[in-house]
Amino acid sequence: MEKKEAIKEKIKQANRAAVENMLAAQPVWVDVARAGDVIPGMKKNMLLHAGPPQKYENMCGPQRGAAWGALIFEGLANDAKEADQLLASGKAVIEPAHDHDSVSGAAHMISFSQPAIVLENKTNGKVYYTHMKEDTFIALRYGSHGDHTIRKLKWLTEVVSPIFSKGLKKVGGVNCRDIIAKSLFMGDEGHNRNQAETCLFEQMFIPVLLESDLSKEQILEVARVLQHDENFFLYQVMASCKAMLDAGKDVEYSTIVTVMARNGTEFGIKVSGLGDMWFNAPAPMVKGLYFPGFSEKDANPDLGDSCITETAGIGGFAMAASPAIVHFGTATGVGGSVQDAINYTKEMYEITEAENPAYQIAYIDFRGCPTGIDILKVLDTGIQPIINTSISPKEPGRSQAGAGLVRAPMECFKKAFLAFVEKYKLAQKS
Amino acid sequence: METRIVIKKNQYRDSVFLMVINEQTRSLPGINEIAVMMGTVNNKDIIKEVGFFGPEIDSATSKDIVICIRATSEEEIERALAQIDEMLTRKRRPEELEDVYKTLESAIRERPETNFAIISIPGQFAARETKKALNHGLNVLLFSDNVPIEEEIEIKKLAAQFDRIVMGPDCGTAIINHVPLGFANAVNPGPIGLVAAAGTGLQEVVCLIDRAGGGISQAIGTGGRDLSDKVGGLSMLKGLDILDNDDETEIVVLISKPPGPTTTKKILKRVSKSPKKVIINFLGSNPELISSFGATFGQTLEETAFLAVAALKGEQYQHRNFSTSEEELKRRLKEETERMTPNQKFIRGLYSGGTLCDEAMLILNDSVGEVYSNIPLKPKLRLQDLSKGQNHCCIDLGDDYFTRGRPHPMISPDSRGRYIISEGEDPQVAVLLLDIVLGYGAHMDMAGALRESIKVAKAEVEKRGGYLAVVASVCGTMKDPQDFPSQVQNLEDVGVVVMPSNAQAARFAAMIALKNNNRIG
Amino acid sequence: MKKDRHLAERKKPCFGKDLVVVNIGIRPFYEDLKKLNVKVSHVDWEPPAGGDQEVTALLDKIL
Repeated sequence: MEKKEAIKEKIKQANRAAVENMLAAQPVWVDVARAGDVIPGMKKNMLLHAGPPQKYENMCGPQRGAAWGALIFEGLANDAKEADQLLASGKAVIEPAHDHDSVSGAAHMISFSQPAIVLENKTNGKVYYTHMKEDTFIALRYGSHGDHTIRKLKWLTEVVSPIFSKGLKKVGGVNCRDIIAKSLFMGDEGHNRNQAETCLFEQMFIPVLLESDLSKEQILEVARVLQHDENFFLYQVMASCKAMLDAGKDVEYSTIVTVMARNGTEFGIKVSGLGDMWFNAPAPMVKGLYFPGFSEKDANPDLGDSCITETAGIGGFAMAASPAIVHFGTATGVGGSVQDAINYTKEMYEITEAENPAYQIAYIDFRGCPTGIDILKVLDTGIQPIINTSISPKEPGRSQAGAGLVRAPMECFKKAFLAFVEKYKLAQKS
Repeated sequence: METRIVIKKNQYRDSVFLMVINEQTRSLPGINEIAVMMGTVNNKDIIKEVGFFGPEIDSATSKDIVICIRATSEEEIERALAQIDEMLTRKRRPEELEDVYKTLESAIRERPETNFAIISIPGQFAARETKKALNHGLNVLLFSDNVPIEEEIEIKKLAAQFDRIVMGPDCGTAIINHVPLGFANAVNPGPIGLVAAAGTGLQEVVCLIDRAGGGISQAIGTGGRDLSDKVGGLSMLKGLDILDNDDETEIVVLISKPPGPTTTKKILKRVSKSPKKVIINFLGSNPELISSFGATFGQTLEETAFLAVAALKGEQYQHRNFSTSEEELKRRLKEETERMTPNQKFIRGLYSGGTLCDEAMLILNDSVGEVYSNIPLKPKLRLQDLSKGQNHCCIDLGDDYFTRGRPHPMISPDSRGRYIISEGEDPQVAVLLLDIVLGYGAHMDMAGALRESIKVAKAEVEKRGGYLAVVASVCGTMKDPQDFPSQVQNLEDVGVVVMPSNAQAARFAAMIALKNNNRIG
Repeated sequence: MKKDRHLAERKKPCFGKDLVVVNIGIRPFYEDLKKLNVKVSHVDWEPPAGGDQEVTALLDKIL
């Protein structure tokens, strides 16, 4: 009995410590720079993908398309066929973005020459990365690899990103924590709705650009990007969440989840007290709404690092801040309601360690977002984390298929728990 | 293929909201493709990609809703447009604030004065949740079945530590502090308290007491296995404590299917220490044993109820087989048998309540002889083929075999309706015997729901030149959510003989079968 | 008759004065009690560990 109490206390303290570090994070977007120059371990022939490690031959359709596109963009291949051969032969390599302090959205493949968002956690000085967001629907991140996509990627790299970089350096970085906090009072949840964040960013950034020596045409490039893509700020938010969660990793005895991610084939999690181990299960299908021209048969299983937002307590966890999102639950023809959105957030309080005082939701009396997923609570209550997400098309080269809701598979948490029991020798010898 | 493009100018709607409309309209018959989106630059690209073109689309702005439909006919387009319009203008539902939670912990945190739990989750997890409830100081009605017996013992011992009771597992009915729980009847309050290891047994006794002018203080369930020797009557003992301690209770009634021999003695010893009058209906028990411990023995559920009411009124109980006059009884008996063919000899009981089925079998056993069943009184009387009756037979349609993955016969008329018809087709069947159980949780009009099947069955037998008698009892009160008098009327309207109790219904069914076999005059 | 009057300690009534219920499982029980104006909460229960009894048993050893 004593031993049981001692273990419980150890876990309790460890979780408290891990989450404290997470809540103290101050994510600031400091720059946009060439991936190869800033991302640790990045190589000319390397592509960084979302989710747990995988072999190229097992990679899902949209990621293949994105991989070919990235290699074509890098000038390492002339077409999809050549790109495929490079990857199949191992001359080009794929690795999880998470292994390089990065996150990658949907099927995107970060490559050496691409512009990377550079984000610093000012509390501990650590830096994290992700890619700049391309076009809204037809993009590398959905597997597009045609001329249009490559051209837009080049334009993003050569024309647009340096302008952002200049502005960021001038203003000394953009405080993402403040933007996220404000946006939660304005109808965003941070994963599928980043409209308020984008507006708030634009509001503070345009004057900075205007005060610089950038030309009107250059400033217009940025303005048009923001005008064209109302959810632009998603990737900055993803990197902010990565920075926050990483601050809580490697705490002995902690059962708090530090990563949730999918590669379109598998859904994987990492746990603070279990180091770098991935705990994977087959990626589930998203239940959602489809854009014209798409249906379930066009959908790829759940894909992308974007659920780092839910892992950090926003996105689907903050649905009560963004009721309109709940209509995604109508794939079977049953209408969602505002109460459903609130209920989803309330559910998440059952499986998390803390309420984030920095990220509050007005509609539920200013409670902080449910933060720090505890695998023990997930198992005990049977409640799986809820994720709002876009649906990628199965075939590479098509646009976003739709959006919806999905739950993190219970199997990941079971596997992590059994590993935890083994590592800390918790099973009684009978 | 027809195409229509409609622009709704100056109407902003959220992109998600429009996606819902898209989704729900697309599934209409005859729709080939549909796009309902705000006219932004991006969206217009998507619309073109799906194959809609036109100047109206080009000139639409981000403040306009663009509706494009392609369908096999104009009618289908009109239907789709009508649906889209309805959804665009639909008023919002009012929000309901409910006290619904995802965990017991949260429910108790939000409402700390919670003192009682009803648990009806799958059996393999029920004990775990029960322990949580007990640890929070709650009493528990454990409705779940398929709880391993070791876990039942564990939770009852834990309950005893907390001075609480676990009613169950497999306990479907209770009335606590005058609140009906689970499948329970609305009854008058009064000084008769019950502890029962038999669900419909409890319901029958409670309803008969109520209709005879008595009232109930508490009706405590224990679950069907409580009085086995392994469990040792832990909940019944606690129930007795509660009633002994309860100021409102003057008379105590105990009901159970045959208890284990050790447990019977244990209970009786405890009963002998009770200051209150105790009436016991342990099916199949020795009357002398019961009275030797100072309790009164009730042979049937009906007798138990009437003994309790008599004790309440300070009257002497007189047993009568029937409450109907002998004259009336004779008349009905003649009516029910005069058109039967000589080979109609068997009784088929089709029951929704297990204890009522048991009681019927005991009574029939004394008059017509052996009765087959899926819950037989003797192993050799087990019904092998459950799809149809054999000889005299009483089937408990609420048993696991029939309810796995299907609704209970107290909730749904389907299984019973089928059996009524199929048993009617057996030319050797003379009489069907039914129970209609009312109360919370039960079907709102079971009598009405079974009417058709009864009519059809009777008509089929009449066509063959015979007569099918149907005898039933209605277990309910005047305050139950169903309308008791109209339930009785509904049955009588289709020729059912409705008796005031299950015991009398069984006796009358026996009389019919015996008369047709010329054994009685 | 062998009944003794129990004048021993008066225990607190087991069920309390008013029933305040939490319903875990089948929703109609909750709805019926609400209609009767009984104070009742409902728990929309999920099986622990996705229904895995072995993992649940192990979890209960630790929690």
